[in-house]
Amino acid sequence: MSILGPVGLGGRRVELFRRRLCGVAKLLGTLLLTFLGLLLVTFLIGRVVPVDPVLAAVGDRASAEVYEQAKRELGLDRPLYEQFAVYVWDVLRGDLGKSVLTARPVAEDIGRFFPATLELATLATIIGVLLGVPAGVVAAVNRGRWPDQVIRVVGLVGYSMPIFWLGLMGLLLFYGTLGWVAGPGRVDIFYEGMVPSITGMLLIDSALAGDWAVWRSAFSHIILPAGTLGYFSLAYISRMTRSFMLEQLGQEYVTTARVKGLSEWRVVWRHALGNIMVPLITVIALSYAQLLEGSVLTETVFAWPGLGRYITSSLLSADMNAVLGGTLVVGAVFIGLNLLSDLLYRVLDPRAR
Amino acid sequence: MTAANQGWRARLLSDAPASRGQARLGQWYRGWLTFSGNWLAMLGLLIILALLVIALLAPWIAGQSPIAQDLAARLQPPSAEHWFGTDAFGRDIFARVVYGARITLMIVVLVAVTAAPLGLLVGTVAGYLGGWVDAVLMRITDIFLAFPRLILALAFVAALGPGIENAVLAIALTAWPPYARIARAETLTLRGSDFIAAIRLQGASPSRIIRAHIMPLCLSSVIVRVTLDMAGIILVAAGLGFLGLGAQPPLPEWGADVSAGRKFLLDQWWIATIPGLAIFIVSLGFNLLGDGLRDTLDPKNGGGG
Repeated sequence: MSILGPVGLGGRRVELFRRRLCGVAKLLGTLLLTFLGLLLVTFLIGRVVPVDPVLAAVGDRASAEVYEQAKRELGLDRPLYEQFAVYVWDVLRGDLGKSVLTARPVAEDIGRFFPATLELATLATIIGVLLGVPAGVVAAVNRGRWPDQVIRVVGLVGYSMPIFWLGLMGLLLFYGTLGWVAGPGRVDIFYEGMVPSITGMLLIDSALAGDWAVWRSAFSHIILPAGTLGYFSLAYISRMTRSFMLEQLGQEYVTTARVKGLSEWRVVWRHALGNIMVPLITVIALSYAQLLEGSVLTETVFAWPGLGRYITSSLLSADMNAVLGGTLVVGAVFIGLNLLSDLLYRVLDPRAR
Repeated sequence: MTAANQGWRARLLSDAPASRGQARLGQWYRGWLTFSGNWLAMLGLLIILALLVIALLAPWIAGQSPIAQDLAARLQPPSAEHWFGTDAFGRDIFARVVYGARITLMIVVLVAVTAAPLGLLVGTVAGYLGGWVDAVLMRITDIFLAFPRLILALAFVAALGPGIENAVLAIALTAWPPYARIARAETLTLRGSDFIAAIRLQGASPSRIIRAHIMPLCLSSVIVRVTLDMAGIILVAAGLGFLGLGAQPPLPEWGADVSAGRKFLLDQWWIATIPGLAIFIVSLGFNLLGDGLRDTLDPKNGGGG
């Protein structure tokens, strides 16, 4: 802002602030509309299911009167738009209906399963960032030479591999053959429920309780699924880092820094990398959102008791409330993360203001 | 190189083409030279051609039925008789992988011919008509884009019931938004051009302008994008199959076959490994091909190869 100089600073600042506020308001409006659309989609999917919810509630031996009464109680005799309004209101109050399979409210189930997914996706993102960012930088610096080719192929392989298959191959190699890691599940069975659940994330809970035997067991279980997911985030992050870095390395300030006599290391890892931090953060947020999707398949392979497995196991038993509730939550988190990355970009990047 | 051959090359690469056809062929040829210089892209092309050939000639290549059970020969390791071994029902895995190429190809083609026209229609209409039509259609597009694809497809299949047709429908319903975006962007640049204004002055209706003049021009960029998306479509389809929501048994679908091999993973590794390898190779092929196409058509985007 110092470029503007002291003259007319106040007025410009107000103007800038107003414009930014407008941008944020527009963003929030979009978010609200998108969320409503999300609700409409899950609502409509719920309506076209061949299972008759009234029949499911009263059983097929109920008389016509009982059927009609149940229909009224469930609100299914009202016009569709009223039903939708009721649905929106229910969701806003946190009522996602009851799961047929677990006989508990869906919202409660999701609350129990979500931390496991969060733990998995977070560790996977950490792996993806720690390996993906340096890989992208190295590829950009060595553009066209063999390190670049190798990293490109590693990324392409990551994009092309069915994640469930990669997970199975990981199990076959590291669990079945080498025995380096533990198999499916979240923790060895005799450690189950040993530490009090505070965050719901086992690695953190066991560390808080100081129970390192549980921590080791949990780590040995999580590292393979997290590594599987992490590979995908690595593929995406390294590709984006490479293209951001290429753009920076071609700019004049890099030449200036080199002419000034700075070491190549400093030019690349401090100056250029420092300048791509903002877009990089938005990319990381996006890849985190994509991991939620990958987690559905990964959790199925590793019997990981998270949200993804909750959705798929409910699917197979036609437990629609649970499926739609889970879909809604994943969609909402996805939208939220997209918004977050957008907001971060606006706040952190002076050029976007 | 023979003289005739050289003359043919020179004609194609000539700086002063004598006809429009020659110029266009020359452009194609130059594109091909760039493309074929990229060995990764050529590898991709080779994989996809192999897929096509295998799918076309499946009965002759497989030699056996993919669904004939032979319980006496179940869970056999790869051998001269069963190249890739047999599964839990004694079915020949090689035959299943070969026939699976047909199913994979069918899913990809069906999704492409459903999603691309839908996206094209939405995008061109939104872009040409503008105003509130544009606002509404693009809002709907954004909503679909906001969903993670596999999850949305899952929810659709949950509603429609499992099966290969419903899986195709669900994937197509999640695949069209990017095409709509691209078609709209192209339409916006075309809309203001003189030739569209001339057609409008001749009295052509908006629907005719969109159908006969705008859509054909948007087609090529949508096709490139569809090629880039093929790998993603295959992976989503395989994921649905793996979860038991795609092709139903006894159809030889690769994702479902991996899932069937899970139980035997540690003792009979080949049952789950080989169909998964097939998915991986085909999706890699499409990715390599797509990357190469993009590099050829848009040199700005050069991948450093």
